[in-house]
Amino acid sequence: MKFIQKFFENTKPHVQKGAKYQWLHSVHDGMFTLFFVPKHTSGSGSHIHDFIDLKRTMGLVVFALVPALLMGMYNTGYQHFAAVGELSGVGFMDIFLYGFLRVLPVIMVSYIVGLGIEFVFAQLRGHEIQEGFLVSGMLIPMVMPINTPLWMIAIATAFSVVFVKEVFGGTGMNIWNPALVARAFVFFAYPSQMSGDSVWVSLGGKQAIDGFSGATPMAEAAAGHPNIDIWNSFIGLIPGSIGETSTLAILIGAAILVITGIGSWKIIVSTFAGGAVMGLILNYFAGDNAYMALPFWEHFIIGGFAFGAVFMATDPVSGTQTERGKWIYGFLIGILAILIRVVNPAYPEGMMLAILLMNTFAPLVDHYVVEGSIKKRLKRIKVKA
Amino acid sequence: MENLLNLFVKSVFIENMVFAYFLGMCSYLAVSKTVKTATGLGLAVIFVLAITLPVNYLLENYLLKEGALKWMGAGFETIDLSFLSFIMFIAVIASMVQLVEMVVEKFAPVLYTQLGIFLPLIAVNCAILGGSLFMQQKAFHNIGEATVYGVGSGVGWFLAIVAIAAIREKIKYSQVPAPLRGLGITFIITGLMGLAFMGFMGIKL
Repeated sequence: MKFIQKFFENTKPHVQKGAKYQWLHSVHDGMFTLFFVPKHTSGSGSHIHDFIDLKRTMGLVVFALVPALLMGMYNTGYQHFAAVGELSGVGFMDIFLYGFLRVLPVIMVSYIVGLGIEFVFAQLRGHEIQEGFLVSGMLIPMVMPINTPLWMIAIATAFSVVFVKEVFGGTGMNIWNPALVARAFVFFAYPSQMSGDSVWVSLGGKQAIDGFSGATPMAEAAAGHPNIDIWNSFIGLIPGSIGETSTLAILIGAAILVITGIGSWKIIVSTFAGGAVMGLILNYFAGDNAYMALPFWEHFIIGGFAFGAVFMATDPVSGTQTERGKWIYGFLIGILAILIRVVNPAYPEGMMLAILLMNTFAPLVDHYVVEGSIKKRLKRIKVKA
Repeated sequence: MENLLNLFVKSVFIENMVFAYFLGMCSYLAVSKTVKTATGLGLAVIFVLAITLPVNYLLENYLLKEGALKWMGAGFETIDLSFLSFIMFIAVIASMVQLVEMVVEKFAPVLYTQLGIFLPLIAVNCAILGGSLFMQQKAFHNIGEATVYGVGSGVGWFLAIVAIAAIREKIKYSQVPAPLRGLGITFIITGLMGLAFMGFMGIKL
């Protein structure tokens, strides 16, 4: 590690203000803090210091995403070989390798475009590089269908980094979750390419076998004949966006987030509670509608419900910040997600739009919670006086 | 009853005045700096919509529409006064806004000064005339439906303005790039809110 430290120390004078490579200043700083804990401390006021800074926090979230990502890669390969009918002839590593090679370019495009914009903005606006994109850049590939063209991912990433994050002042200031806006952007901007049954399974130029449909369980359920293989949906061997299929891997990620205290367990629990309540209500009114009669635990394992609840809704920036607000926020996400899924024929999946909508209302929920506690305390003072 | 509930939900979320039709934008952008004033204006809009829609409904069906005048006798059945509907609707709205203004001035003088010119400007708020014109276009069956539609559109507008006001309060200390501060960022927020509201588009009730 010594020589890396040396390298950064030696190059530092060249990127100072007024030096030759001044334009690389924020890149240098960003890279240095990635390797080492920086020495500088806050200049004024009293602060609590902790090694868990923004970069380490984001690193932990990425770590929590890894199980879902690996399962997503395996599933990409699995769906491919199942679709072309060669599943019996290939081994575990072949399947994983195919998925790995298909998913890797998507991740690279997302990181290169997003971090590139981030670097430019940091340099132009004269602040340090903010690490928020480490997570967004991982989330964006994971919520996209595997056959999304790379240029679409690039445009969506650019849109969400510029218009959802940078114009609001960068990391920690955004109102909406950038990854979800990127997903919504491709969904609404390129509807013909992003829907239907062909985007979910990578065929890799080969011909699919007869009888192959490629429809996700969500699409089948929305069409009125839900057909859910519980075990496969739980471990993630169903068509879907790259990272969302495996509920098992997502639960491992959820455990990491909750144990390290980064994700709020209140939001996760209340989101599932909201989904369960709405599921039960719809069951009650179902009649002969098969989708409304779907039990709520089957809702949890198909589509992006679990992924959204664990990784998207818990975003500490775009969610509510008050503790009571978190219960309300999560609960409403769960209710809306199931409601949009079942009631709205235009969208088979409701999680993305439910979270975006609640991101919109999160500041309002916070506002009323704060107002409420102020009122309560004022009352207490008056009683004493 | 279920019909009325559907209509209410539809007018609040699916056909939201701000995000589906982009009506009433001027006061929506101008008075959304704090949640408190936004709440005041939002309530005023709900009130005005809830009063003007039933009144305009009666005018439309017993005075303006073709054949509406037949209660006056056989000779009036062919008269069509619908070319007067704009001016009649506006007159009703303007008088109702006058009423609201007097009430607010009397009972909430602070809010009255905060709202300033935008309170009388409700009279020309397109969301309100829009409500009446949609009522005319949708041809509601009875006055109850018209009232529910009015209240629903008002609640939808109210939700939109308090939500954006809370967001604007939250980003008050964000480092928004200087050229975008104020209205610029508000337009971007509105666009993204519209994106979030698209979850409701396409629901058929």
